[in-house]
Amino acid sequence: MSAREQEFLAYVQDGGQVETGDWMPDEYRAKLIKFIEMHGNSELMGVLPEREWILRAPTLQRKLALTAKVQDEVGHAQLIYRVVEDLGKPRGACLDDLVSGRAKFHNVFHYPTKTWGDVGVIAWLVDAAAIISQKALLKCSYAPYARIMKKICWEESFHILHGRDVVLTLMNGTDEQRELVQEALDRWWGPLMQFHGNPISRDEDPMYLWRIKSQGNEEARQGFLDGYVPQIWELGLTVPDPKLRKRDDGVWEYSEPDWSELRHVVTGHGPRTAERLDLRRAARESSAWVRQVVLAEAA
Amino acid sequence: MTVYEVFRQERKGQPFQHAGALSAPDPAFAEVYAREQYGRRQESVALWLVPRDAIEELGDFVDELGRTYHRVDGYPLKEKLKEARERAAARAG
Repeated sequence: MSAREQEFLAYVQDGGQVETGDWMPDEYRAKLIKFIEMHGNSELMGVLPEREWILRAPTLQRKLALTAKVQDEVGHAQLIYRVVEDLGKPRGACLDDLVSGRAKFHNVFHYPTKTWGDVGVIAWLVDAAAIISQKALLKCSYAPYARIMKKICWEESFHILHGRDVVLTLMNGTDEQRELVQEALDRWWGPLMQFHGNPISRDEDPMYLWRIKSQGNEEARQGFLDGYVPQIWELGLTVPDPKLRKRDDGVWEYSEPDWSELRHVVTGHGPRTAERLDLRRAARESSAWVRQVVLAEAA
Repeated sequence: MTVYEVFRQERKGQPFQHAGALSAPDPAFAEVYAREQYGRRQESVALWLVPRDAIEELGDFVDELGRTYHRVDGYPLKEKLKEARERAAARAG
């Protein structure tokens, strides 16, 4: 590493922030693009499991709320891809890499949604796990990304309430409705525990080294367990992990998440990966003429 | 496509703060995108949309002569005040 790169590294590790036009090491730029692009992809792919439920949502209010959430998530993708564009990778290239399967997106968006219970559990707990990562990005060393995270976190907090409201409504309903929530929790617990990644120490995590992330994977998972397991238990739900417990020193113990499943899923082999990428590809192709017309008129 | 920087004002009387950027093929699209991204929940009372090319950024404000006399950090009074108090106390004896 050159002296200039060393100086830059010390600057970001000391809490310094960087703007688009500032000099930055190539490696830092490459890591930023990789990280932020994956976030954008996840926002965009994350709407597909929920979109499947807009027409099947139980009331008009729920359809509207779910539609609004889908709109928010697509908006997040637009903001995030804009940040990636300023770092040097055009949005079109990000979308091409996404639909061709070259780019990654979060594990939780590769799975099917079987019932309305899944919709509640996703909006509540998947968004809760996501917001723990996202809140830590408010301190990201790359300032333009940190700034848009303010708006994103603000909207995510409404999504969590929407999800919790769906879950509470079901829990206050019939035995059958409560069963839907429990089954969904059983299905989602594994992917949720994998969500924050393997417990690599933060000092060995290149995203932490450059202060793109401000917390380690295990720190994020502990934050999730600490914040949400008590909320799950108080509703009378069972977390499907017999080893889960909070030690006297405040640390949560749990069964080892299935890391091979995580690797398998995020490398494009999840149960719904191919189907969802097909849908995204079809949408990209069928809307190509709109982009052509608009850009031709503007030129 | 043109890149626009978006500044939003949260309440009347407050400063406009940078919120993010958007790219749009023309000003009409830029307006629609800005309203959707930064105003649809009434989180702003006004937005400024500025084509990025129109912004002139200035930096590097170097204090070559160390002119602390026109800043508050040029007036560390603590030691002097302590001495003045001690002198006053001694005089009052």
